[in-house]
Amino acid sequence: MAPIKLSPTGLRFEGIDKRYGGLFALRRVTFEISAGECAVLAGRNGSGKTTLLRIAGQIVRPTAGKLSFPGSSADSAGDSRPGYVGHSTMVYDELTAEENLLLFARLQKVESPVARAENLLREVGLYERRASLVRAFSRGMRQRIAIARALIHRPSVLLLDEPATGLDPLGITWLANSLRELNHAGCTIVMSLHGESEISSLATRAVRLDAGSVIADTKTGASLHDILTFGAA
Amino acid sequence: MSLFSNAAVLLGKELRTEFRSRELLTTTVVFILVVLILFSFAISPTTEESREFGPGLLWLAILFAASLMLQPCFLREQTNDTLSSLRLAVSDPFSIFLAKLIANTLFLLLTELIMLPFFAIFYNVPVLPEFHWLLLVLFLGSLGISIAGTALSAISAQARMRELLLPLLLLPLLTPVLVVSATVTVGLFEREPIVKGKGIAFLAVFDVVFLTALWLFGEYLLEE
Amino acid sequence: MTKRIILGAVAILLVIVAAYASFFIAPQERTMGLIQRIFYFHAATAWAGEMTFFVCFLANLLYVWKRQPKYDWLGVSSAEVGLACITVVLITGPIWAHPVWGIWWTWDARLTSTFVLWLLYVSYLLLRTLIEEPERRALLSALFGIFAFLDVPLVFFSIRWWRTQHPQPVIMGGSGSGLDPTMSKVFFFSVLAMHVLAAFLIVERYVLEKMKSEFDFLAREVEAQ
Repeated sequence: MAPIKLSPTGLRFEGIDKRYGGLFALRRVTFEISAGECAVLAGRNGSGKTTLLRIAGQIVRPTAGKLSFPGSSADSAGDSRPGYVGHSTMVYDELTAEENLLLFARLQKVESPVARAENLLREVGLYERRASLVRAFSRGMRQRIAIARALIHRPSVLLLDEPATGLDPLGITWLANSLRELNHAGCTIVMSLHGESEISSLATRAVRLDAGSVIADTKTGASLHDILTFGAA
Repeated sequence: MSLFSNAAVLLGKELRTEFRSRELLTTTVVFILVVLILFSFAISPTTEESREFGPGLLWLAILFAASLMLQPCFLREQTNDTLSSLRLAVSDPFSIFLAKLIANTLFLLLTELIMLPFFAIFYNVPVLPEFHWLLLVLFLGSLGISIAGTALSAISAQARMRELLLPLLLLPLLTPVLVVSATVTVGLFEREPIVKGKGIAFLAVFDVVFLTALWLFGEYLLEE
Repeated sequence: MTKRIILGAVAILLVIVAAYASFFIAPQERTMGLIQRIFYFHAATAWAGEMTFFVCFLANLLYVWKRQPKYDWLGVSSAEVGLACITVVLITGPIWAHPVWGIWWTWDARLTSTFVLWLLYVSYLLLRTLIEEPERRALLSALFGIFAFLDVPLVFFSIRWWRTQHPQPVIMGGSGSGLDPTMSKVFFFSVLAMHVLAAFLIVERYVLEKMKSEFDFLAREVEAQ
């Protein structure tokens, strides 16, 4: 999956708060991920990882604080918008793989949408099943179409929320290889994970959240292993 | 303008999805037929009464059917969180609403046209004279129902008891459409058909008011 | 706190004086007799109700714009007080109609429109009970409230036009029917009294909602620990 040259873009959180009534899902989260890094967000369930990623993906607006993408071009449309892979596939079960990718390519004004959709399908290994309804896809195939959709507009930043869930070992290997290739091509990757795996070994950076706050960061000296296995104090 | 091109692409998706399964259309047509038949059992109108009451029952049936048909509108975007991917992909969230309300208007109109011959036969009502005016009233009324219904279905999708909530929110709001459409339709079915222009103009005003409100406030309806 | 007590006292005083005036100061109406005196209460409450719905609309707009909880509190308070006013109108209408025409209800234009208004605001309050998360509830009910208010003039016009096609007896006389000068004075005094009473009720409901909201906030925070 070697896309055209991407403009290296980072991800910066400044004082991010997210409140739901009296509940603080995120509290003054501040850190920066440099362009080209492959970063892992670790933490227990409910620590705020999903919320932070959805804010980074601009699906949810923070109650306070600022999100920015240092290094991106001034025009906020196009590839400076991150790609987001969530818990759901975010594609339509009632459409075929091809129809789904074409839909999103056309909406985002991607150049040569038909060619782009076809290329992506080949790259994620779904070209043979392009005319099948997504409803019939296995878990692994669903993950692939979800990733293809996220990449359709050639984002410089890719966000993934627990991407390895439900994947078999083959699927995990495929995912690890794909992310490695993307990262080498200049895409900044931020993903939330549980524990250590083939995928976490790609990480050059890790941040751990607990109850909505940052409690450990490899940038400030914590070890990757500790962060991933919740061994840190 | 990207608002319209996005809406066009999304409209294509809505139409393709529906015509592939036709589940909404078939269930809605059957539902309206059942309601109309039940009405005529309950009331057993004479031919004269049919001319007077038929249109009111027709529009009532359309409203009931619409309040059911509009429920999946935003609910189906929740299954795989496609609402989030759409919001990320489009530049103006109003394009999502525009596509859906046009699709819903088309589905409603199609349902009404399929059901019209049955209505004419069961109620012995002449629908052919002034047919182009009837079409206009059906269009303007269905458009109003779709605009309000699409907006409110975005609200009810985020609440509990959504199956009961949407009709509860929608039916009082659409009282003007019911009352005016039925009255205009009565005029068209008279022995000497009259075209009540004031009523038709009112329906157009209703549509413009709610379309504008949806345009102004739509993005907040989709906020997370 | 003292301001609230003063407002309450003034409201009650005005209502008592208005009641006295409508029974003992206003002259007896020629054709309808004693029952017509309910008009002062019925129409004044209707005006107050319309005013509170306008306040609700403004509160809804302000919430969508500023997202401050106080506008949500004002919105629900004014909607509830408005609904109470409308309920009074819908009850006093038939009380007036029955002795005069022998029927309890007539689909007269104003009464019918008021009934639809009642349904709309009941839906608004019901919607609120069906959304748990406070910010979501505030935003979605504010948006529905805005749509409902935009619908109100459309409801009134459409039903009035509909009634010109099928005329019915008009309760309380048309809006153009003239009032004797003393009657006018009593009427406007009643309008003032009901507005002040409505304002007092809104303030009290607002304070209640504020306390409830702050309590919920703290409860959620504690639960999260």
